[in-house]
Amino acid sequence: MAMSAAALEMQDVPGPLLSVRNVGKRYGARIGCSDVSFDLWPGEVLGVVGESGSGKSTLLSCLSGQLRPDEGEVIFDTRDQGPRDTLLMSEPERRRLGRTDWAFVHQNPRDGLRLGVSAGGNVGERLMANGARHYGRIRATAQDWLTRVEIDPSRVDDRPRQFSGGMQQRLQIARNLVSGPRLAFMDEPTGGLDVSVQARLLDLLRGLVRDIGLSVVLVTHDLAVVRLLADRLMVMKDGRVIESGLTDQVLDDPQHAYTQLLVSSVLQV
Amino acid sequence: MSEYNFAYLDEDTKRMIRRAILKGIAVPGYQVPFASREMPMPYGWGTGGVQVTAATLVPEDVLKVIDQGADDTTNAVSIRKFFQRTAGIATTERTTEATVIQTRHRIPETPLNEDQILVYQVPIPEPMRFLEPRETETRRIHALADYGLMQVRLYEDIARHGEIATSYAYPVEVAGRYVMDPSPIPKFDNPKLDDCPAIQLFGAGREQRIYALPPYTRVRSLDFDDYPFSASKADHACAICGSATSYLDEVITDDAGGRMYVCSDTDYCARRAEGGA
Repeated sequence: MAMSAAALEMQDVPGPLLSVRNVGKRYGARIGCSDVSFDLWPGEVLGVVGESGSGKSTLLSCLSGQLRPDEGEVIFDTRDQGPRDTLLMSEPERRRLGRTDWAFVHQNPRDGLRLGVSAGGNVGERLMANGARHYGRIRATAQDWLTRVEIDPSRVDDRPRQFSGGMQQRLQIARNLVSGPRLAFMDEPTGGLDVSVQARLLDLLRGLVRDIGLSVVLVTHDLAVVRLLADRLMVMKDGRVIESGLTDQVLDDPQHAYTQLLVSSVLQV
Repeated sequence: MSEYNFAYLDEDTKRMIRRAILKGIAVPGYQVPFASREMPMPYGWGTGGVQVTAATLVPEDVLKVIDQGADDTTNAVSIRKFFQRTAGIATTERTTEATVIQTRHRIPETPLNEDQILVYQVPIPEPMRFLEPRETETRRIHALADYGLMQVRLYEDIARHGEIATSYAYPVEVAGRYVMDPSPIPKFDNPKLDDCPAIQLFGAGREQRIYALPPYTRVRSLDFDDYPFSASKADHACAICGSATSYLDEVITDDAGGRMYVCSDTDYCARRAEGGA
């Protein structure tokens, strides 16, 4: 962490990209998530792990503006106006953020893609939503991004329905990253894929995160995924953060009983 | 059977529809919900247009009804008779004489003037219906003018067909704000929507929506910089009047592939033929 903090100072970054303060969401009497706070710095990948129902997906929805938390602040360092609480933004502002500086990668590519629209149209949608009106350039950018996510650019006119699961997931990533976002929310991006496909996707994500300096909040229940991708780790249980720290530190020397259980539950092959 | 109220609808209903029309004119291109009534004709036969016409008519009006440009097709004839009977108003086939024109799928070739109202029958008022099935979401898109999706539709056209293949119901942007479905008029007619001196009203009966273009509204057909909008028509001249600039219907004349192209606007064609063109 000392290294990366020094590196951050060299880039002259004034503050964290995302500051989350005491975010909580209740579903009636039940707690979705409660009292979650953290800072995410530019270029950093934060893993959020926990079992099903631990509140990690609720947290992600609250952070990304899909769900309105009952309390707390989600402060994002916007390009033009500096740090602003996204919960106090108007909906047009939030949506603009959602199609420019933010990305959201769903677990199921069906939720994040338009299956009836060609791969090129899927990747180009954000560009067009941001005002691009030159077909040739939109298409060239789409093909470039297909190449970057290891999809044959000659398939630019194919529908995602004709793609394999791994390709659909890579297409979803291209569709999100085409606008050059600074922050990505990922909900189990490797869920439902077989291990070799997972490995390639992880490789790809690692490369992209490094190349474009993307910050990521990564929700997963797969400890191997966070080990590979995440700089820091938060462990959630029953809607609360029970442990956080550097990924290797938390995984190699878990302090909380639940984290110990989680780490020891991983099957060793 | 007792007498019909003037123009069939009761006065309260006409008042409700007029309110929707006024709101539509105040917010050009915005789809105003209204309580569409049962009409004595099936949905898809112009129930929206008929209700808008009924709410618009006054006894002095002269009504013209066209269907695909023609005055003499079933839909046009029955709607014209409907208003002759229920409103007792004068009707005409001449575009220049009419004060209210109800149309299905065409805009007359003869330029309209400030004293006229053009009423369109609209089957599907939502231009994004087949891209985004959720009405809650399309309303939000309209509210926030978040129209990237609309452009995706045109992108897909070019990707699949090499050009924007949408040839009717071609989406337009109204006064720099709302994206609107101009009803299934051929895209040949789109330029006539722009800066039109007449009031243009759109009624969708089944979908319960009214929207409007006030006179002289800027209406821009959506396109790409490198694939600009072009108003296309069959590359022929009319076989009857010889017009090379009007929109043409293709008529199959025999089983041996014989065909002719004639103006779809029957009034325009007849006037030209009479005038000894």
